[in-house]
Amino acid sequence: MAVLEIREARKRFGATQALDGLSLSLGQGEMLGLLGPNGAGKTTLIRAIAGRVRLDGGTVSVHGRTLTAGAARPDLGVVPQENALYPLLTARENLETFGRLNGLEDKHLRERAAWALEWTGLADRAKSVVRDFSGGMKRRLNLACGVLHEPKLVLLDEPTVGVDPQSREKIYDMLSALRADGASLLLTTHYLEEAEARCERIVVIDHGRAIAAGTLPELVTQAGLAGRVVRVRLERPTASPPAGFRTENEGSILAANIHDVGAELPGLITRLQQAGLGVRDLEVRTASLQAVFLELTGKELRE
Amino acid sequence: MILMFVRNYWAQLSRDRPAQVLAFVVPVVFFSIFAIIFGGKGVVDGTSRVNVGLVDESNTERSQAIVSALQGDSSLRVRTATPPNGPGKPGTPLTREAAEQMVQRGDITVAVVLPAGVEWSLMSFAPGERVKAVLLYDPGDPVGVRVVGGLLQRAAIRAHASVSTNGAPATFNEMLPLPFEDRAVMGQKRTSPMIAFYAASIAVLFIMFSATAGGGGALIEENESGTLERVLTSGLGMNGLLLAKWLSISSLCVVQIVTMFVWGAVVFGLPLASHLMGFAIMTVFTAGAAAAFGLVIATLSRTRQQLTGLANLLVLGLNAIGGSMFPRFLMSESLQKFSLVGFNAWALDGYLKVFWREEPLASLAPQVAALIFFTLLFLFLARRFASRWETA
Repeated sequence: MAVLEIREARKRFGATQALDGLSLSLGQGEMLGLLGPNGAGKTTLIRAIAGRVRLDGGTVSVHGRTLTAGAARPDLGVVPQENALYPLLTARENLETFGRLNGLEDKHLRERAAWALEWTGLADRAKSVVRDFSGGMKRRLNLACGVLHEPKLVLLDEPTVGVDPQSREKIYDMLSALRADGASLLLTTHYLEEAEARCERIVVIDHGRAIAAGTLPELVTQAGLAGRVVRVRLERPTASPPAGFRTENEGSILAANIHDVGAELPGLITRLQQAGLGVRDLEVRTASLQAVFLELTGKELRE
Repeated sequence: MILMFVRNYWAQLSRDRPAQVLAFVVPVVFFSIFAIIFGGKGVVDGTSRVNVGLVDESNTERSQAIVSALQGDSSLRVRTATPPNGPGKPGTPLTREAAEQMVQRGDITVAVVLPAGVEWSLMSFAPGERVKAVLLYDPGDPVGVRVVGGLLQRAAIRAHASVSTNGAPATFNEMLPLPFEDRAVMGQKRTSPMIAFYAASIAVLFIMFSATAGGGGALIEENESGTLERVLTSGLGMNGLLLAKWLSISSLCVVQIVTMFVWGAVVFGLPLASHLMGFAIMTVFTAGAAAAFGLVIATLSRTRQQLTGLANLLVLGLNAIGGSMFPRFLMSESLQKFSLVGFNAWALDGYLKVFWREEPLASLAPQVAALIFFTLLFLFLARRFASRWETA
């Protein structure tokens, strides 16, 4: 049984159709990446799962139980994009506040707060007010406040935005630990390389609908970008590439799409030699998530 | 869980030094300034005296008697010479021209000129033209000249008595057409009843600021920082959150008022200990109404800038008509009635009943009832306005 099941979710705000029949599911212990341009409906979806948006149609089910807006969700942990912390409270006071709000009390609350301080690497700063923390420390504490009560389903809205690579690595280590304990994670992010590297499955949403879902190879196929991309860095830029190539980076790089590396790659190199173009470097790879994302959602700027 | 929020509120305030200064020090400083200026504390020199210049052109025994009587009047500060021209250079006796210039410069409020021949006008009721004293005054202060005119008549009676050779009356009252005595019916036991008025008025003014800009602002900050979303996702809900905020802000307002009155008692002799029960009743209900008022403004505002603008407008407006800046009992009857649209006017009335009129506790019933009504009304409105933060 899926931990989270969303069926035909619909929500309109005035003239804007924020969710337009969106469906997705999240399995036990899975980390699902939710991608989409600004305004695609990601935040509305997260808020609908958290019970903060009342759907016009469709259902949200957790462990097979259909949830209604406003009802308590003890199995759910929410980690908002903002560092939703009280800056003039200490790290421990913040943990105890949000732990108590999520039903933890007395000894169990103190134990979980102590665990969270160790887990986030903030044990030595337990009595420091959060106002004085670095961005990475606040991010880690923000995450801990959302999972202190050991939820089985965790919603993470851009959990690594604005932090350095070291803090980002630490946060993903923390998420891995949560999964190891059996939690299922739904993650929104604009860092596509992170989603590509960390998530088993990815759902791309746009205009309130899920327009593609699956593993990266499945998304590549769905985007019509199956095969390999050959990228050749030239010794000198050219304005007239040989047949089958397109130029990138003002003619210093040539790119071509092929399906069979063994059969098609030698022919490409021969054509370059016949054109008198010297090759400095050559790369063969599948289409990136970035390419898939742009292919699916277009290159137009979104508000 | 509600008490946890109240505890957190105070924990955060204890770490916010500027907020502490705004909440507790600034109101006490304002109160002290008002108390010193209007309450009589530290102004033994009498800053409320009227500055008068005196020109004695007659220079006779009778005119000098008038000068002496005016100089002996505790309501006046009389000058008979120009200001000193520098160290060791005393001023010269006032002339009519010099006095007129001093009025024009604002050095004195009124100049009294006793022309030659005025001595024969003193208490003379014979028919015919009499030489008149001349009062030179600034039209910008029309009250001052009337006060000095009245005091000049009193001085004339005293002067006449002092120079009369045929059986002078023993006292000033014996000379009056209708003798009278004045007897204060309130505030005789206190240093100055105005201290109580200013303690209450400044306290109410500042708890309204604290409840709106400070306490209510915390709600806006929670919304902006995302903690509000996090709290509402938990089991607390909007009712619990507003209740927690109301209790937190109310407790702050209580501490602010207590601070103000204790300061008034210690420094200005405000009789707090003898009016403790009335003070406690008024403080609890006033703080509750102010906190609810702050929540209405906070839930109505969408940004901190909106909150600040709305708070300044309403707090200053309500306090102007509600009697914090100018006692309501000195306002016109229609304005006194209109000012009751603000809860602060009821609160001030209650404090004045306790400390000024020393009425029994039962007399506070209308004020307490009004404050409860305003509190419930404000909480109802705040709940309605806060619904926009709930499930969309």
